[in-house]
Amino acid sequence: MKIKIKKFYYGDIPGDEAGESIASPTITNDKAWPLWEIFIRSKQGLDHKHAGSLHAADAAMAIENARDVYTRRQEGISIWAVESKNIHASNPDDAESFYEPASDKIYRHPGFYQLPDEIKHM
Amino acid sequence: MAIHDLENAFQQKIDNEIKIEPKDWMPDAYRKTNTRQISQHAHSEIVGMLPEGNWITRAPSLKRKAILIAKVQDEAGHGLYLYSAAETLGSSREQMIDELHSGKAKYSSIFNYPTLTWADMGAIGWLVDGAAILNQVMLCRTSYGPYARANVRICKEESFHQRQGFESLLVLSKGTKEQKEMCQDAINRWWWPSLMMFGPKDSESTNSDQSIKWKIKRKTNDELRRQFVNMIAEQVKLLGMTLPDPDLKYNNQTGQYDFGEINWDEFWNVVKGNGPCNEQRLQARRKAHEEGAWVREAAVAYAEKKQSRQPNEKTDAA
Ligand SMILES: [Fe+2]
Ligand SMILES: [Fe+2]
Repeated sequence: MKIKIKKFYYGDIPGDEAGESIASPTITNDKAWPLWEIFIRSKQGLDHKHAGSLHAADAAMAIENARDVYTRRQEGISIWAVESKNIHASNPDDAESFYEPASDKIYRHPGFYQLPDEIKHM
Repeated sequence: MAIHDLENAFQQKIDNEIKIEPKDWMPDAYRKTNTRQISQHAHSEIVGMLPEGNWITRAPSLKRKAILIAKVQDEAGHGLYLYSAAETLGSSREQMIDELHSGKAKYSSIFNYPTLTWADMGAIGWLVDGAAILNQVMLCRTSYGPYARANVRICKEESFHQRQGFESLLVLSKGTKEQKEMCQDAINRWWWPSLMMFGPKDSESTNSDQSIKWKIKRKTNDELRRQFVNMIAEQVKLLGMTLPDPDLKYNNQTGQYDFGEINWDEFWNVVKGNGPCNEQRLQARRKAHEEGAWVREAAVAYAEKKQSRQPNEKTDAA
């Protein structure tokens, strides 16, 4: 598809290479700091939740950087750092067949069962 | 699936307000536009630290210094959220930084204006962050998931930026004659460049609004600019100051403010690199990057050394 964007919106600053891409995928230099995924527990009793990612030379630095980047306003009390290359993900292209077995099992949901109105809470 | 079907399925998702995530199929132009836009946004946050960083050592009180440091640090954080979002599209951090330093990539022109007095810190917070907020609030609903999430995070932090700026001007506006003059002068110098932040007029281009169709953007430049003028024209009254536009007038018919013509020659000139501080800003970025090279290398060497000593060092997930 040859769509070229020539209309510039705020935040998309026009240049000589109007409407062209700037960065394109590249090989990363192996001296570059690896990427880490950061998970943060916002308070005691809650799950760690994905906050974002950052670069760091090692795990200790990843945790310190995560503190500076993601918890400047007391957003967390615990941080997990996982190197991104160690995360395995399901394939979105397979989503339809992959999750299909659950879609026709409506009897797994409480609303499937018709009970008399007299039963108020169940 | 044929490309055509993939494109249709993609557009359907967008039409149904389903976010696009990094591993999803997307048209090449969607990937490129997002990469360009998100990295430009990131560069703007990073370069944006320079005009304000300029005043940290000269802030008039410890309180103002602490506030300014906190704000500048937030902007660094915004840059990082955005670089990470851009990286999910396949560009490396290094490459984006290289493109900023070589002058190939752009950043918001507003940061190519100099910060001459302390009042500029207030004017930047109020006007420049104020303009940025309107854009970023809209971008919280952009179609690319990682970019939308980065903007949600950014918006939570921005409101303090604008408030501290306005408050700082408010103090000056109630001060001595010199302080009042300084306040008005800063507003005079930052007003038009702030309006230019919203980009060229909608009528400048006759091409199709692909960015709107893909919901990368949800409002046009002129819509956002008008929103901004309506907001600021009211707020400036509380400062007892004026905006440097003789044509600025409330229009009873439209219920909006009419305003004068922007100097588009100046706009394009600064975009093309001839603004008052273009060269200085890039030089400062390059210098910081080059002088930090040994730190980055040492950190890698240290990490490697530590790993070779304790191959299985780990702390339990808690
Ligand atoms: Fe920011
Ligand atoms: Fe800001």
